[in-house]
Amino acid sequence: MQFESFADFIDMGGYGFYVWLAFAFTLIVYVGLMVMSLRRQKQLQKEVTTMLDREQRIKQAKQAGASDLL
Amino acid sequence: MLSYSQSFVATLKRDLKLALRQPVDVVNPLFFFVLVIVLFPIGIGPEPNLLQRISPGVIWVAALLATLLGAEKLFKEDHHDGTLEQVVLSPVPMSLYVLAKISAHWLLSALPLLLVSPLLAAFLNINASGLVAVALTLLVATPLLSIIAAIGAALTVGLQKGGVLISLLVLPLNIPVLIFATSAVDIAIAGYGYSGQLAILAAMLVLALLGGPKAISAALKVSV
Amino acid sequence: MWKWLHPFAKSERCYQLCHQLAPWFGLLGLVLIVIGTIWGMAYAPMDYQQGNSFRIIYIHVPAAMLSMGIYLSMAIAAFVAMVWQIKLSETYIIAVAPVGIAFTMVALFTGAVWGKPMWGAWWVWDARLTSELILLFLYIGILSLYNAFEDSAAAGKATCILTLVGSVNLPIIHYSVEWWNTLHQGATLTKGAITMDMGIPLVINIFGFGFFVAYVSCIRMANEIVEREKHRPWVRDMFSHTTPSINQTKGA
Repeated sequence: MQFESFADFIDMGGYGFYVWLAFAFTLIVYVGLMVMSLRRQKQLQKEVTTMLDREQRIKQAKQAGASDLL
Repeated sequence: MLSYSQSFVATLKRDLKLALRQPVDVVNPLFFFVLVIVLFPIGIGPEPNLLQRISPGVIWVAALLATLLGAEKLFKEDHHDGTLEQVVLSPVPMSLYVLAKISAHWLLSALPLLLVSPLLAAFLNINASGLVAVALTLLVATPLLSIIAAIGAALTVGLQKGGVLISLLVLPLNIPVLIFATSAVDIAIAGYGYSGQLAILAAMLVLALLGGPKAISAALKVSV
Repeated sequence: MWKWLHPFAKSERCYQLCHQLAPWFGLLGLVLIVIGTIWGMAYAPMDYQQGNSFRIIYIHVPAAMLSMGIYLSMAIAAFVAMVWQIKLSETYIIAVAPVGIAFTMVALFTGAVWGKPMWGAWWVWDARLTSELILLFLYIGILSLYNAFEDSAAAGKATCILTLVGSVNLPIIHYSVEWWNTLHQGATLTKGAITMDMGIPLVINIFGFGFFVAYVSCIRMANEIVEREKHRPWVRDMFSHTTPSINQTKGA
Protein backbone atom coordinates (compact mmCIF):
# COMPACT_ATOMS: atom_id res chain seq x y z
CA MET A 1 0.00 0.00 0.00
CA GLN A 2 1.52 3.26 -1.09
CA PHE A 3 -0.61 5.45 1.11
CA GLU A 4 -0.52 5.96 4.85
CA SER A 5 -4.25 6.38 5.35
CA PHE A 6 -7.48 6.46 3.44
CA ALA A 7 -7.47 10.24 3.59
CA ASP A 8 -4.06 10.17 1.93
CA PHE A 9 -5.42 7.90 -0.77
CA ILE A 10 -8.22 10.34 -1.56
CA ASP A 11 -5.77 13.22 -1.54
CA MET A 12 -3.41 11.55 -4.02
CA GLY A 13 -0.49 13.72 -2.96
CA GLY A 14 -2.39 16.89 -3.73
CA TYR A 15 -3.69 15.78 -7.09
CA GLY A 16 -6.89 14.30 -5.72
CA PHE A 17 -9.23 16.62 -7.58
CA TYR A 18 -7.78 15.71 -10.99
CA VAL A 19 -7.46 12.00 -10.41
CA TRP A 20 -10.99 11.56 -9.09
CA LEU A 21 -12.44 13.89 -11.72
CA ALA A 22 -10.93 11.69 -14.40
CA PHE A 23 -12.27 8.62 -12.63
CA ALA A 24 -15.77 10.01 -12.29
CA PHE A 25 -16.01 10.99 -15.95
CA THR A 26 -14.74 7.60 -17.05
CA LEU A 27 -17.15 5.76 -14.80
CA ILE A 28 -20.12 7.78 -16.01
CA VAL A 29 -19.28 7.33 -19.69
CA TYR A 30 -18.45 3.60 -19.57
CA VAL A 31 -21.30 2.61 -17.27
CA GLY A 32 -23.64 4.82 -19.27
CA LEU A 33 -22.59 3.08 -22.49
CA MET A 34 -23.10 -0.34 -20.93
CA VAL A 35 -26.47 0.57 -19.45
CA MET A 36 -27.69 2.06 -22.73
CA SER A 37 -26.70 -1.06 -24.64
CA LEU A 38 -28.35 -3.40 -22.15
CA ARG A 39 -31.52 -1.30 -22.10
CA ARG A 40 -31.68 -1.39 -25.88
CA GLN A 41 -31.36 -5.16 -25.68
CA LYS A 42 -34.36 -5.37 -23.34
CA GLN A 43 -36.29 -2.90 -25.46
CA LEU A 44 -35.72 -4.97 -28.59
CA GLN A 45 -36.77 -8.10 -26.77
CA LYS A 46 -39.99 -6.37 -25.74
CA GLU A 47 -40.59 -5.13 -29.27
CA VAL A 48 -40.25 -8.56 -30.79
CA THR A 49 -42.44 -10.27 -28.21
CA THR A 50 -45.08 -7.55 -28.55
CA MET A 51 -45.03 -8.04 -32.30
CA LEU A 52 -45.37 -11.80 -31.88
CA ASP A 53 -48.20 -11.46 -29.36
CA ARG A 54 -50.02 -9.09 -31.67
CA GLU A 55 -49.73 -11.50 -34.56
CA GLN A 56 -50.98 -14.28 -32.30
CA ARG A 57 -53.99 -12.20 -31.28
CA ILE A 58 -54.77 -11.29 -34.88
CA LYS A 59 -54.54 -14.92 -35.91
CA GLN A 60 -56.80 -16.01 -33.10
CA ALA A 61 -59.28 -13.26 -33.82
CA LYS A 62 -59.37 -14.38 -37.45
CA GLN A 63 -59.97 -17.97 -36.42
CA ALA A 64 -62.66 -16.93 -33.95
CA GLY A 65 -64.22 -14.71 -36.60
CA ALA A 66 -64.13 -17.52 -39.14
CA SER A 67 -65.74 -19.98 -36.72
CA ASP A 68 -68.43 -17.38 -35.94
CA LEU A 69 -69.32 -17.18 -39.56
CA LEU A 70 -69.77 -20.90 -39.88
CA MET B 1 -15.31 5.80 -78.58
CA LEU B 2 -13.41 8.67 -77.06
CA SER B 3 -9.86 8.23 -75.85
CA TYR B 4 -9.02 8.88 -72.22
CA SER B 5 -7.61 12.32 -72.83
CA GLN B 6 -10.51 13.27 -75.08
CA SER B 7 -13.11 12.30 -72.48
CA PHE B 8 -11.19 14.09 -69.73
CA VAL B 9 -10.97 17.28 -71.75
CA ALA B 10 -14.59 17.01 -72.84
CA THR B 11 -15.83 16.79 -69.26
CA LEU B 12 -13.51 19.59 -68.19
CA LYS B 13 -14.64 21.91 -70.96
CA ARG B 14 -18.29 21.13 -70.28
CA ASP B 15 -17.97 21.94 -66.61
CA LEU B 16 -16.07 25.15 -67.23
CA LYS B 17 -18.60 26.26 -69.82
CA LEU B 18 -21.52 25.53 -67.51
CA ALA B 19 -19.90 27.32 -64.61
CA LEU B 20 -18.97 30.37 -66.63
CA ARG B 21 -22.56 30.75 -67.73
CA GLN B 22 -23.26 31.74 -64.15
CA PRO B 23 -20.28 33.89 -63.20
CA VAL B 24 -21.85 34.52 -59.82
CA ASP B 25 -21.00 30.98 -58.76
CA VAL B 26 -17.38 31.52 -59.67
CA VAL B 27 -16.98 34.90 -58.10
CA ASN B 28 -18.78 34.04 -54.86
CA PRO B 29 -16.06 31.88 -53.30
CA LEU B 30 -13.47 34.46 -54.27
CA PHE B 31 -15.37 37.29 -52.65
CA PHE B 32 -15.95 35.14 -49.60
CA PHE B 33 -12.23 34.48 -49.36
CA VAL B 34 -11.32 38.15 -49.57
CA LEU B 35 -14.11 39.08 -47.20
CA VAL B 36 -12.98 36.67 -44.50
CA ILE B 37 -9.44 37.95 -44.77
CA VAL B 38 -10.60 41.54 -44.51
CA LEU B 39 -12.77 40.80 -41.49
CA PHE B 40 -9.90 39.51 -39.41
CA PRO B 41 -7.88 42.72 -39.18
CA ILE B 42 -11.12 44.57 -38.50
CA GLY B 43 -12.00 42.18 -35.73
CA ILE B 44 -8.60 41.71 -34.18
CA GLY B 45 -7.13 45.15 -34.61
CA PRO B 46 -4.66 46.55 -37.11
CA GLU B 47 -1.41 45.99 -35.25
CA PRO B 48 0.98 44.87 -38.04
CA ASN B 49 3.07 42.34 -36.12
CA LEU B 50 0.01 40.57 -34.80
CA LEU B 51 -1.49 40.41 -38.28
CA GLN B 52 1.69 38.95 -39.68
CA ARG B 53 1.71 36.30 -36.97
CA ILE B 54 -1.83 35.17 -37.65
CA SER B 55 -1.70 35.54 -41.42
CA PRO B 56 -0.87 31.92 -42.35
CA GLY B 57 -3.76 30.58 -40.31
CA VAL B 58 -6.22 33.17 -41.54
CA ILE B 59 -5.37 32.66 -45.21
CA TRP B 60 -5.52 28.93 -44.96
CA VAL B 61 -8.77 28.77 -43.03
CA ALA B 62 -10.27 31.16 -45.56
CA ALA B 63 -9.01 28.98 -48.44
CA LEU B 64 -10.50 25.92 -46.79
CA LEU B 65 -13.88 27.55 -46.30
CA ALA B 66 -13.91 28.91 -49.84
CA THR B 67 -13.20 25.43 -51.21
CA LEU B 68 -16.02 23.98 -49.13
CA LEU B 69 -18.42 26.59 -50.51
CA GLY B 70 -18.22 25.12 -53.98
CA ALA B 71 -18.07 21.53 -52.80
CA GLU B 72 -21.75 20.72 -52.55
CA LYS B 73 -22.45 21.66 -56.15
CA LEU B 74 -19.66 19.46 -57.43
CA PHE B 75 -21.78 16.44 -58.28
CA LYS B 76 -25.30 17.55 -57.39
CA GLU B 77 -26.28 18.83 -60.84
CA ASP B 78 -25.08 15.74 -62.63
CA HIS B 79 -26.79 13.56 -60.08
CA HIS B 80 -30.11 15.34 -60.57
CA ASP B 81 -30.20 15.29 -64.33
CA GLY B 82 -28.97 11.73 -64.78
CA THR B 83 -25.53 12.47 -66.20
CA LEU B 84 -23.94 10.61 -63.30
CA GLU B 85 -25.82 7.46 -64.18
CA GLN B 86 -24.60 7.68 -67.76
CA VAL B 87 -21.03 8.14 -66.60
CA VAL B 88 -21.30 5.05 -64.38
CA LEU B 89 -22.57 3.06 -67.34
CA SER B 90 -20.06 4.35 -69.84
CA PRO B 91 -16.97 2.31 -70.82
CA VAL B 92 -14.65 5.15 -69.90
CA PRO B 93 -13.22 4.79 -66.37
CA MET B 94 -15.13 6.90 -63.88
CA SER B 95 -11.93 8.18 -62.33
CA LEU B 96 -11.37 10.31 -65.43
CA TYR B 97 -14.72 11.98 -64.98
CA VAL B 98 -13.95 12.55 -61.31
CA LEU B 99 -10.54 14.04 -62.08
CA ALA B 100 -12.05 16.33 -64.68
CA LYS B 101 -14.69 17.56 -62.22
CA ILE B 102 -12.05 18.17 -59.57
CA SER B 103 -9.84 20.00 -62.04
CA ALA B 104 -12.72 22.23 -63.04
CA HIS B 105 -13.52 22.91 -59.38
CA TRP B 106 -9.89 23.74 -58.70
CA LEU B 107 -9.58 26.05 -61.70
CA LEU B 108 -12.69 27.90 -60.68
CA SER B 109 -12.18 28.16 -56.95
CA ALA B 110 -8.48 27.87 -56.16
CA LEU B 111 -6.85 29.58 -59.08
CA PRO B 112 -8.54 32.91 -58.32
CA LEU B 113 -7.27 32.61 -54.76
CA LEU B 114 -3.73 32.25 -56.05
CA LEU B 115 -4.12 35.32 -58.21
CA VAL B 116 -5.49 37.32 -55.34
CA SER B 117 -2.67 36.46 -52.94
CA PRO B 118 -0.61 39.61 -53.58
CA LEU B 119 -3.57 41.52 -52.21
CA LEU B 120 -3.25 39.49 -49.05
CA ALA B 121 0.28 40.73 -48.57
CA ALA B 122 -1.10 44.21 -48.22
CA PHE B 123 -4.02 43.28 -45.96
CA LEU B 124 -2.16 41.08 -43.56
CA ASN B 125 1.28 42.60 -43.64
CA ILE B 126 3.00 39.48 -44.91
CA ASN B 127 6.60 39.91 -45.92
CA ALA B 128 7.93 38.88 -49.33
CA SER B 129 9.20 35.42 -48.41
CA GLY B 130 5.94 34.72 -46.61
CA LEU B 131 4.01 35.69 -49.72
CA VAL B 132 6.01 33.29 -51.85
CA ALA B 133 5.28 30.58 -49.32
CA VAL B 134 1.58 31.43 -49.40
CA ALA B 135 1.55 31.13 -53.18
CA LEU B 136 3.50 27.87 -53.21
CA THR B 137 1.48 26.20 -50.48
CA LEU B 138 -1.76 27.33 -52.12
CA LEU B 139 -0.52 25.92 -55.41
CA VAL B 140 0.38 22.53 -53.97
CA ALA B 141 -2.30 22.06 -51.36
CA THR B 142 -5.47 23.49 -52.94
CA PRO B 143 -5.74 20.55 -55.36
CA LEU B 144 -5.53 18.41 -52.24
CA LEU B 145 -8.35 20.41 -50.64
CA SER B 146 -10.42 19.99 -53.80
CA ILE B 147 -9.96 16.22 -53.78
CA ILE B 148 -10.90 15.96 -50.11
CA ALA B 149 -13.94 18.18 -50.65
CA ALA B 150 -14.90 15.94 -53.58
CA ILE B 151 -14.82 12.91 -51.27
CA GLY B 152 -17.27 14.61 -48.96
CA ALA B 153 -19.43 15.75 -51.86
CA ALA B 154 -19.50 12.28 -53.39
CA LEU B 155 -20.50 10.58 -50.15
CA THR B 156 -23.41 12.98 -49.63
CA VAL B 157 -24.52 13.53 -53.23
CA GLY B 158 -27.77 11.59 -52.78
CA LEU B 159 -28.78 13.28 -49.55
CA GLN B 160 -31.16 16.20 -49.19
CA LYS B 161 -29.31 18.15 -46.55
CA GLY B 162 -25.87 17.01 -47.54
CA GLY B 163 -24.24 20.41 -47.32
CA VAL B 164 -23.84 20.56 -43.57
CA LEU B 165 -22.58 17.01 -43.43
CA ILE B 166 -19.85 17.66 -46.01
CA SER B 167 -18.04 20.04 -43.68
CA LEU B 168 -18.14 17.53 -40.83
CA LEU B 169 -16.82 14.71 -43.01
CA VAL B 170 -14.17 16.76 -44.68
CA LEU B 171 -12.81 18.53 -41.60
CA PRO B 172 -10.81 15.61 -40.13
CA LEU B 173 -9.10 15.04 -43.45
CA ASN B 174 -8.29 18.71 -44.00
CA ILE B 175 -6.63 19.29 -40.63
CA PRO B 176 -3.28 17.67 -41.48
CA VAL B 177 -3.13 19.77 -44.67
CA LEU B 178 -3.86 22.86 -42.65
CA ILE B 179 -1.16 22.03 -40.13
CA PHE B 180 1.58 21.62 -42.72
CA ALA B 181 0.55 24.54 -44.90
CA THR B 182 0.37 27.04 -42.05
CA SER B 183 3.61 25.73 -40.60
CA ALA B 184 5.32 26.32 -43.94
CA VAL B 185 4.13 29.92 -44.19
CA ASP B 186 5.01 30.56 -40.54
CA ILE B 187 8.55 29.40 -41.09
CA ALA B 188 8.85 31.36 -44.31
CA ILE B 189 7.82 34.57 -42.57
CA ALA B 190 10.51 33.91 -40.01
CA GLY B 191 12.98 33.57 -42.85
CA TYR B 192 13.82 29.87 -42.78
CA GLY B 193 13.46 27.10 -45.31
CA TYR B 194 10.19 25.22 -45.64
CA SER B 195 10.92 22.70 -48.35
CA GLY B 196 10.17 19.90 -45.88
CA GLN B 197 6.59 20.99 -45.38
CA LEU B 198 6.12 21.52 -49.10
CA ALA B 199 7.47 18.04 -49.75
CA ILE B 200 5.03 16.51 -47.31
CA LEU B 201 2.15 18.45 -48.83
CA ALA B 202 3.21 17.25 -52.27
CA ALA B 203 3.38 13.68 -50.97
CA MET B 204 -0.13 14.02 -49.54
CA LEU B 205 -1.30 15.34 -52.91
CA VAL B 206 0.19 12.35 -54.71
CA LEU B 207 -1.45 9.97 -52.24
CA ALA B 208 -4.78 11.72 -52.72
CA LEU B 209 -4.44 11.59 -56.50
CA LEU B 210 -3.75 7.86 -56.34
CA GLY B 211 -6.53 6.83 -53.99
CA GLY B 212 -8.99 9.70 -54.18
CA PRO B 213 -10.64 9.21 -57.58
CA LYS B 214 -11.21 5.52 -56.84
CA ALA B 215 -12.84 6.30 -53.47
CA ILE B 216 -14.89 9.11 -55.02
CA SER B 217 -16.09 6.87 -57.85
CA ALA B 218 -17.13 4.19 -55.35
CA ALA B 219 -18.96 6.77 -53.27
CA LEU B 220 -20.78 8.17 -56.34
CA LYS B 221 -21.86 4.71 -57.41
CA VAL B 222 -23.48 4.22 -54.02
CA SER B 223 -25.94 7.02 -54.66
CA VAL B 224 -26.66 6.44 -58.33
CA MET C 1 -7.44 -21.09 -43.79
CA TRP C 2 -10.30 -18.72 -43.05
CA LYS C 3 -13.07 -21.19 -43.85
CA TRP C 4 -14.01 -21.54 -40.17
CA LEU C 5 -15.01 -17.87 -40.17
CA HIS C 6 -17.50 -18.20 -43.02
CA PRO C 7 -20.51 -19.37 -40.98
CA PHE C 8 -20.31 -16.16 -38.95
CA ALA C 9 -21.18 -14.07 -41.97
CA LYS C 10 -24.71 -15.34 -41.40
CA SER C 11 -26.59 -13.14 -38.99
CA GLU C 12 -28.06 -16.02 -37.00
CA ARG C 13 -24.68 -17.60 -36.24
CA CYS C 14 -23.15 -14.21 -35.49
CA TYR C 15 -25.97 -13.38 -33.09
CA GLN C 16 -25.53 -16.66 -31.25
CA LEU C 17 -21.79 -16.13 -30.99
CA CYS C 18 -22.21 -12.61 -29.60
CA HIS C 19 -24.88 -13.77 -27.18
CA GLN C 20 -22.72 -16.63 -25.88
CA LEU C 21 -19.46 -14.71 -25.65
CA ALA C 22 -20.77 -11.53 -24.06
CA PRO C 23 -21.08 -12.75 -20.45
CA TRP C 24 -17.56 -14.23 -20.52
CA PHE C 25 -16.06 -11.05 -21.89
CA GLY C 26 -17.97 -9.06 -19.30
CA LEU C 27 -16.76 -11.20 -16.44
CA LEU C 28 -13.14 -11.26 -17.58
CA GLY C 29 -13.23 -7.53 -18.17
CA LEU C 30 -14.67 -6.78 -14.76
CA VAL C 31 -12.17 -8.98 -12.93
CA LEU C 32 -9.16 -7.60 -14.79
CA ILE C 33 -10.26 -3.99 -14.48
CA VAL C 34 -10.83 -4.36 -10.75
CA ILE C 35 -7.45 -6.00 -10.22
CA GLY C 36 -5.56 -3.60 -12.45
CA THR C 37 -7.22 -0.47 -11.12
CA ILE C 38 -6.86 -1.28 -7.43
CA TRP C 39 -3.27 -2.37 -7.95
CA GLY C 40 -2.48 0.74 -9.95
CA MET C 41 -4.30 3.20 -7.75
CA ALA C 42 -3.18 1.94 -4.39
CA TYR C 43 -0.14 -0.28 -4.76
CA ALA C 44 1.97 0.94 -7.65
CA PRO C 45 4.86 3.14 -6.59
CA MET C 46 4.62 6.89 -7.03
CA ASP C 47 6.24 8.46 -10.07
CA TYR C 48 9.23 10.53 -9.01
CA GLN C 49 8.42 13.33 -11.44
CA GLN C 50 4.65 13.40 -11.55
CA GLY C 51 3.72 12.29 -8.07
CA ASN C 52 0.42 10.57 -7.69
CA SER C 53 -1.33 12.23 -10.60
CA PHE C 54 0.33 9.76 -12.95
CA ARG C 55 -2.21 7.18 -11.77
CA ILE C 56 -4.60 8.57 -14.34
CA ILE C 57 -2.49 6.53 -16.74
CA TYR C 58 -4.43 3.44 -15.73
CA ILE C 59 -7.51 4.87 -17.41
CA HIS C 60 -5.99 7.16 -20.00
CA VAL C 61 -3.68 4.76 -21.82
CA PRO C 62 -6.19 1.90 -22.18
CA ALA C 63 -8.80 4.38 -23.41
CA ALA C 64 -6.45 5.90 -25.99
CA MET C 65 -5.16 2.56 -27.24
CA LEU C 66 -8.65 1.14 -27.49
CA SER C 67 -10.02 4.21 -29.24
CA MET C 68 -7.53 3.55 -32.01
CA GLY C 69 -7.99 -0.21 -31.88
CA ILE C 70 -11.75 0.13 -32.30
CA TYR C 71 -11.30 2.34 -35.33
CA LEU C 72 -8.82 -0.14 -36.77
CA SER C 73 -11.36 -2.92 -36.34
CA MET C 74 -13.95 -0.76 -38.08
CA ALA C 75 -11.55 -0.11 -40.95
CA ILE C 76 -10.86 -3.84 -41.32
CA ALA C 77 -14.61 -4.50 -41.24
CA ALA C 78 -15.13 -1.85 -43.91
CA PHE C 79 -12.50 -3.50 -46.08
CA VAL C 80 -14.04 -6.93 -45.61
CA ALA C 81 -17.50 -5.55 -46.37
CA MET C 82 -16.37 -3.93 -49.60
CA VAL C 83 -14.17 -6.71 -50.91
CA TRP C 84 -16.24 -9.75 -49.95
CA GLN C 85 -19.65 -8.03 -49.97
CA ILE C 86 -20.55 -9.17 -46.46
CA LYS C 87 -23.43 -7.06 -45.22
CA LEU C 88 -22.89 -8.06 -41.59
CA SER C 89 -19.51 -6.38 -41.65
CA GLU C 90 -21.20 -3.04 -42.35
CA THR C 91 -23.49 -3.68 -39.39
CA TYR C 92 -20.44 -4.18 -37.19
CA ILE C 93 -19.12 -0.73 -38.05
CA ILE C 94 -22.29 0.96 -36.89
CA ALA C 95 -22.63 -1.24 -33.82
CA VAL C 96 -19.15 -0.46 -32.58
CA ALA C 97 -18.78 3.23 -33.50
CA PRO C 98 -20.47 4.53 -30.30
CA VAL C 99 -18.05 2.46 -28.21
CA GLY C 100 -15.23 4.16 -30.08
CA ILE C 101 -16.74 7.56 -29.37
CA ALA C 102 -16.99 6.77 -25.65
CA PHE C 103 -13.37 5.66 -25.41
CA THR C 104 -12.08 8.59 -27.47
CA MET C 105 -13.95 11.04 -25.25
CA VAL C 106 -12.54 9.40 -22.14
CA ALA C 107 -9.03 9.50 -23.61
CA LEU C 108 -9.36 13.20 -24.41
CA PHE C 109 -10.98 14.14 -21.10
CA THR C 110 -8.63 12.15 -18.86
CA GLY C 111 -5.72 13.44 -20.89
CA ALA C 112 -6.84 17.02 -20.35
CA VAL C 113 -7.38 16.43 -16.64
CA TRP C 114 -3.93 14.86 -16.40
CA GLY C 115 -2.37 17.64 -18.42
CA LYS C 116 -3.66 20.47 -16.28
CA PRO C 117 -1.50 19.78 -13.22
CA MET C 118 1.39 18.46 -15.31
CA TRP C 119 1.70 20.88 -18.21
CA GLY C 120 -0.36 23.71 -16.77
CA ALA C 121 -2.91 23.63 -19.54
CA TRP C 122 -6.17 21.76 -20.09
CA TRP C 123 -5.48 21.55 -23.81
CA VAL C 124 -2.58 22.15 -26.15
CA TRP C 125 -2.75 21.90 -29.90
CA ASP C 126 0.04 19.40 -30.23
CA ALA C 127 0.11 16.60 -32.79
CA ARG C 128 -1.17 13.72 -30.69
CA LEU C 129 -4.04 15.57 -29.00
CA THR C 130 -5.09 17.17 -32.27
CA SER C 131 -5.10 13.88 -34.14
CA GLU C 132 -7.04 12.18 -31.32
CA LEU C 133 -9.59 14.99 -31.62
CA ILE C 134 -9.72 14.32 -35.36
CA LEU C 135 -10.45 10.69 -34.52
CA LEU C 136 -13.45 11.82 -32.47
CA PHE C 137 -14.71 13.86 -35.42
CA LEU C 138 -14.25 10.87 -37.70
CA TYR C 139 -16.35 8.67 -35.44
CA ILE C 140 -19.08 11.30 -35.26
CA GLY C 141 -18.89 11.80 -39.02
CA ILE C 142 -19.29 8.08 -39.65
CA LEU C 143 -22.41 7.85 -37.50
CA SER C 144 -23.85 11.06 -38.97
CA LEU C 145 -23.31 9.86 -42.52
CA TYR C 146 -24.93 6.50 -41.84
CA ASN C 147 -27.97 8.07 -40.21
CA ALA C 148 -28.40 10.63 -42.99
CA PHE C 149 -29.24 8.01 -45.58
CA GLU C 150 -32.72 6.61 -45.98
CA ASP C 151 -31.67 3.55 -47.92
CA SER C 152 -29.67 1.27 -45.61
CA ALA C 153 -27.76 -0.41 -48.41
CA ALA C 154 -26.42 2.90 -49.66
CA ALA C 155 -25.80 3.99 -46.09
CA GLY C 156 -23.69 0.93 -45.40
CA LYS C 157 -21.58 1.32 -48.51
CA ALA C 158 -20.98 5.03 -48.01
CA THR C 159 -20.00 4.40 -44.38
CA CYS C 160 -17.46 1.79 -45.46
CA ILE C 161 -15.82 4.23 -47.86
CA LEU C 162 -15.66 6.98 -45.25
CA THR C 163 -14.20 4.59 -42.65
CA LEU C 164 -11.48 3.48 -45.02
CA VAL C 165 -10.60 7.00 -46.10
CA GLY C 166 -10.42 8.12 -42.47
CA SER C 167 -8.06 5.32 -41.50
CA VAL C 168 -5.12 7.38 -42.75
CA ASN C 169 -5.48 9.20 -39.44
CA LEU C 170 -4.46 6.17 -37.39
CA PRO C 171 -0.75 6.10 -38.30
CA ILE C 172 -0.68 9.86 -37.79
CA ILE C 173 -1.91 9.51 -34.21
CA HIS C 174 0.38 6.66 -33.38
CA TYR C 175 3.54 8.12 -34.84
CA SER C 176 2.77 11.75 -34.04
CA VAL C 177 4.92 11.60 -30.95
CA GLU C 178 7.87 10.42 -33.04
CA TRP C 179 7.44 12.67 -36.04
CA TRP C 180 6.81 15.90 -34.23
CA ASN C 181 8.42 17.60 -31.31
CA THR C 182 5.42 17.38 -29.08
CA LEU C 183 4.54 18.09 -25.51
CA HIS C 184 2.91 14.69 -25.16
CA GLN C 185 5.32 12.05 -23.93
CA GLY C 186 6.68 9.44 -26.25
CA ALA C 187 5.89 5.76 -26.57
CA THR C 188 5.94 3.97 -23.25
CA LEU C 189 5.07 0.35 -23.70
CA THR C 190 6.77 -0.42 -26.98
CA LYS C 191 9.92 1.39 -25.95
CA GLY C 192 10.04 -0.14 -22.49
CA ALA C 193 10.06 3.19 -20.73
CA ILE C 194 8.07 2.12 -17.69
CA THR C 195 9.04 -0.05 -14.73
CA MET C 196 7.43 -3.40 -14.00
CA ASP C 197 5.81 -2.18 -10.80
CA MET C 198 3.87 0.45 -12.68
CA GLY C 199 3.70 -1.36 -15.98
CA ILE C 200 2.01 -4.60 -15.02
CA PRO C 201 -1.20 -3.08 -13.65
CA LEU C 202 -1.26 -0.96 -16.80
CA VAL C 203 -1.15 -4.02 -19.03
CA ILE C 204 -3.79 -5.69 -16.89
CA ASN C 205 -6.03 -2.67 -17.32
CA ILE C 206 -5.43 -2.58 -21.06
CA PHE C 207 -6.63 -6.16 -21.33
CA GLY C 208 -9.42 -5.53 -18.84
CA PHE C 209 -10.81 -2.57 -20.77
CA GLY C 210 -10.25 -4.52 -23.95
CA PHE C 211 -12.54 -7.25 -22.69
CA PHE C 212 -15.01 -4.56 -21.64
CA VAL C 213 -15.00 -3.26 -25.21
CA ALA C 214 -15.58 -6.81 -26.46
CA TYR C 215 -18.46 -7.23 -24.00
CA VAL C 216 -20.25 -4.03 -25.00
CA SER C 217 -19.53 -4.64 -28.69
CA CYS C 218 -21.08 -8.11 -28.52
CA ILE C 219 -24.22 -6.71 -26.92
CA ARG C 220 -24.46 -3.88 -29.42
CA MET C 221 -23.81 -6.20 -32.38
CA ALA C 222 -26.52 -8.56 -31.15
CA ASN C 223 -28.88 -5.57 -30.81
CA GLU C 224 -28.18 -4.36 -34.32
CA ILE C 225 -28.75 -7.83 -35.75
CA VAL C 226 -32.08 -8.24 -33.97
CA GLU C 227 -33.19 -4.77 -35.02
CA ARG C 228 -32.48 -5.51 -38.66
CA GLU C 229 -33.80 -9.04 -38.74
CA LYS C 230 -36.90 -8.67 -36.58
CA HIS C 231 -39.13 -10.31 -39.14
CA ARG C 232 -36.94 -13.29 -39.89
CA PRO C 233 -38.17 -16.68 -38.66
CA TRP C 234 -35.12 -17.42 -36.55
CA VAL C 235 -35.62 -14.26 -34.50
CA ARG C 236 -39.29 -15.01 -34.02
CA ASP C 237 -38.55 -18.57 -32.94
CA MET C 238 -35.90 -17.42 -30.53
CA PHE C 239 -38.15 -14.90 -28.82
CA SER C 240 -41.29 -17.01 -28.86
CA HIS C 241 -39.60 -19.44 -26.47
CA THR C 242 -39.52 -16.66 -23.92
CA THR C 243 -43.05 -15.43 -24.56
CA PRO C 244 -45.63 -16.70 -22.09
CA SER C 245 -48.02 -18.55 -24.37
CA ILE C 246 -51.41 -17.02 -24.90
CA ASN C 247 -53.67 -19.93 -24.26
CA GLN C 248 -56.95 -18.37 -23.32
CA THR C 249 -59.49 -17.79 -26.01
CA LYS C 250 -62.14 -15.22 -25.35
CA GLY C 251 -65.76 -15.90 -25.72
CA ALA C 252 -67.33 -19.04 -26.91
